[in-house]
Amino acid sequence: MAFINASSPHQRTYRSTTQIMLWVMACLIPGIAIQSYFFGFANLIQISIAVIVALLAEAIILKIRKRPIINTLKDGSALVTGILIAIAIPPLAPWWVAVIGTLFAIIFVKQLYGGLGQNIFNPAMAAYVLLLISFPVQMTTWLPMESLHPFSISFMDQLNAVFTGHTLDGYTVSQLTVSIDGLTMATPLDTVKNSLKAGLTTTEIFDSAIFNASSSQAILWVNIGFLIGGAVLLAKRIILWMIPISFLAGVTIFSFIAYAYQPDLNGSPMFHLFSGATMLGAFFILTDPVSAATTVKGRIIFGLLIAFLMVLIRNVGGYPDAIAFAVLLGNMCVPLIDYYTQPKVYGGRA
Amino acid sequence: MTSETAQAPQDSDQNNEQNNAPIEDKKAIYRELTWQGLWKNNPGIVQLLGLCPLLAVTNTVTNALGLAIATLFVLVGSNTLVSLIRHHVPKAIRIPIFVMIIASLVTCVQLLMNAFTYELYLSLGIFIPLIVTNCIIIGRAEAFASKNNVKHAAFDGLMMGVGFSGVLLALGAIREILAQGTLFDGVETLLGDWASGLTITLYHTDTSFLLAALPPGAFIVMGLIIAFKNAIDHRLDNKK
Repeated sequence: MAFINASSPHQRTYRSTTQIMLWVMACLIPGIAIQSYFFGFANLIQISIAVIVALLAEAIILKIRKRPIINTLKDGSALVTGILIAIAIPPLAPWWVAVIGTLFAIIFVKQLYGGLGQNIFNPAMAAYVLLLISFPVQMTTWLPMESLHPFSISFMDQLNAVFTGHTLDGYTVSQLTVSIDGLTMATPLDTVKNSLKAGLTTTEIFDSAIFNASSSQAILWVNIGFLIGGAVLLAKRIILWMIPISFLAGVTIFSFIAYAYQPDLNGSPMFHLFSGATMLGAFFILTDPVSAATTVKGRIIFGLLIAFLMVLIRNVGGYPDAIAFAVLLGNMCVPLIDYYTQPKVYGGRA
Repeated sequence: MTSETAQAPQDSDQNNEQNNAPIEDKKAIYRELTWQGLWKNNPGIVQLLGLCPLLAVTNTVTNALGLAIATLFVLVGSNTLVSLIRHHVPKAIRIPIFVMIIASLVTCVQLLMNAFTYELYLSLGIFIPLIVTNCIIIGRAEAFASKNNVKHAAFDGLMMGVGFSGVLLALGAIREILAQGTLFDGVETLLGDWASGLTITLYHTDTSFLLAALPPGAFIVMGLIIAFKNAIDHRLDNKK
């Protein structure tokens, strides 16, 4: 009679990387669907471009590094990276934007550090920062939401715009960003930033025509879509609650402090929670198991730190949205956070 | 790879031995100095010295070339002078003396550039006076020139300078091609009006790849160059 002496836990669910990545992709669907509904199917075109490039780049690098190709591709991490990059890119950005971003994410940020599990930085966000810094014009021309378009844009128009820069009727993408009121479209965060510079207060901005043309409603719904997907991930225990909850709590607290201090110059907590990429970041980007902190306390600190940086950059910095910068800065602090938050072994010395 | 502190004293020891030996093979010394300066102990990609100007001014080939010439001049000059006075300098205060020699040379270069290549002088800005603090120069003065005769010291300065210039130019070329699609843009500010025809446009783009022109691009390209060099070394080792 032999008893197997194994320590607890005795019941475990085992999930492979592939399963986790599939769940992540499935939970991205509501957000992507809402984003495509408001901003056009070009979003899906961008996703296909990014996914194809991501898989190709990963395969080529694995070939060079003499690693198993099919098995590694199967884990789906490159797919998720590609999709996240494509979501962050404006739908009608030229095709090479997605290609350059994905190549950079897979080759430089992920594989040069040693592949999945070794990268210090979140590949999707590093790629986003690269694109935003290199191509500020292409990366900030978001279309007005579809109901505000002066011309209807068909799927073929969008396909054409992505690959040639013109719709079938010959409109350029920058012409398309002018909404039905003749106001040039920008994202809500952009609008707030520019109007504050022009000397308006937040109350005036939120009432203004420009802000209403800036598809703030659409962005709100997109955020809700990602929130729903994120809630499913939480319920399925694909991600743990520490990072999203501490991050969202942090965003609320820090933006409330700024709002309470100068309500005319800073957006309200609600505005910060439901604009830009807050929800996408909270559930899908910060929780990247590779580049986030790993201890319980560490995760809470990590979430709060990124929330603080994000509110700070959004309110004071030069760029409108700050998730990507905040995440990269947070990633840099992860080794330090993990070092100082290691749990004590029971019975061990402090 | 070998670091400056570990490698350089060995070099000079070897060279001293060779000097003491009855002129065994003069050419071998020069060959060794060339090999060390250009490849094995390259100040830019092996010793990783002088990174600040290396990364900061290499956004175009012209800037890189300007800084390369200036550094080369100072390096050869300082190595020669330090070697000339090496028997008269008290050990205890050698570093201040070296720094003064280097600073005088840099001042000469700065005034010359101000007089003859004014636009380049403006675009290089603070990085010309900063050559004084370039570790390559003080490093070679301390590690090599203060222990070797004038001919060898000057030749070492030349080779180290050429090695550094090579890295500057490679980095400048890659970044300029990526960022603007040109080569030798603005070279007339360095060489005079006749050179304006030298600018090569490889491709034309409305949207420049800004990252390559910014500091992060410099770090990434630099990393790639070092990786490339290591890969070649690795392959050569494997062949042996």
